[in-house]
Amino acid sequence: MIKTDVAIIGGGPAGLSAAIAAADMGAHVTLVDRNQELGGQLLKQTHMFFGSREEYASTRGFDIANILKEELKKRNVDVLLNTTVVGYYKDDGVWGMEHGEDKFVKLKAKKTVVATGAMERHLLFPNNDLPGIYGAGAVQTLMNQYGVVPGKRVLMVGAGNIGLIVSYQLLQAGVEVAAIIDAAPTIGGYLVHASKVRRQGVPIMTSYTVKKAYGNGVLEGATIVKVDNRFQPIPGTEMDMDIDTMCIAVGLNPLVELLWQAGCEMRYIPQLGGHVPVKDENYETTVEGIYVAGDAAEIEEATSAMVEGRIAGLNAAYTMGFDNGHYCDEREKAIKRLQDLRSGPVGVKISNGLLKLAEEAV
Amino acid sequence: MRIESHPILEFKRGNALKFIFDGQEMVGYEGETIAAALHANGVKILSHSLKEGRPRGFYCAIGNCSSCLMKVNGTPNVRVCTEPLKDGMVVETQHGKGVIK
Repeated sequence: MIKTDVAIIGGGPAGLSAAIAAADMGAHVTLVDRNQELGGQLLKQTHMFFGSREEYASTRGFDIANILKEELKKRNVDVLLNTTVVGYYKDDGVWGMEHGEDKFVKLKAKKTVVATGAMERHLLFPNNDLPGIYGAGAVQTLMNQYGVVPGKRVLMVGAGNIGLIVSYQLLQAGVEVAAIIDAAPTIGGYLVHASKVRRQGVPIMTSYTVKKAYGNGVLEGATIVKVDNRFQPIPGTEMDMDIDTMCIAVGLNPLVELLWQAGCEMRYIPQLGGHVPVKDENYETTVEGIYVAGDAAEIEEATSAMVEGRIAGLNAAYTMGFDNGHYCDEREKAIKRLQDLRSGPVGVKISNGLLKLAEEAV
Repeated sequence: MRIESHPILEFKRGNALKFIFDGQEMVGYEGETIAAALHANGVKILSHSLKEGRPRGFYCAIGNCSSCLMKVNGTPNVRVCTEPLKDGMVVETQHGKGVIK
């Protein structure tokens, strides 16, 4: 059995930041990730991030992953790759992990930060399981990590930031984007991302949804339809799209299976992406010693995930008695930073969701 | 289809690897997943739904959704979207739930 002070589950932006922060406080940290490489979904992000210098604004996502990995290397952190945490023995506080293909390993940690991220949602429509219909993030992985295009002509479903950014990346990879549709009456993503795809001639059709997909074995086309202000299809507005790929970019759900299993109190908060754990200001869940950070805590973005990771990592270490003398400053700075990130109009949804979570937790 | 030129990314492909998909020899590269290699070879159908036998491809590509389970070197239920391709691998379409050896 492996023993450690702080276990971090997930090596994306939140987990890497948590590991760095906890190690800086002086704790022994073990970082576990199921992939072959650290970085999480940053590895496929080719666009430059917004935000401030502290969270690497104007830097491309995969470069941020490299910076964090370099920082991690400077610290004495144990990293277990190709290791999937599959369960939690509540009574003993032990995590069960599958290492490689057929090895079962146990990990006992005094504190744990769960930074497992999120997974993509799907949409309901006939034939939504045809090969060729992919999550937008899946297409990003295929294109940006492995250099393989998903097809020749794509329909993007969802005009939020992910839908807009992935559309632009499809164009960069030489793939035609037939249209971006969204059931909402307005574009959900940032104007700067929308303008970039529009300049390339991609129509963004709001108040449209998928009526059905079709194809013999694989996707060959789809029918889209306009919806009214109650999201009901308007007969006679159907349009056929000749496509071999459809990307679904309708949001993410937190990956919280381990938190459920550990017995953390959960609440359903739509603004935060679904079921999320109740947590305090230090990002500790209702189970003492289990912290959460990043998309597993609420669906937001990588910048806030990094700050949350820092808060969780700092506190996990500090509550065990580790402090390099900067705990109070660092904690205060990070909490302030998170407030700033959520203060603008973009943060309204998250702030409302967090408020609701706090209310319902009482 | 593989991307040959890209405005931001440079794809440093590893060594070419030969693998077998349902009896057919294919070529992929070191460092990529089985699903990526199959897709580059034009294979989109990776599995079939258990009840209706409907064709399925990958959906999430990060090991979450279990839509891409295949038989690899005789082992069933391998998530090919995250499993690295290795030289000489035998990848097969899986029928049913698979049998644990």
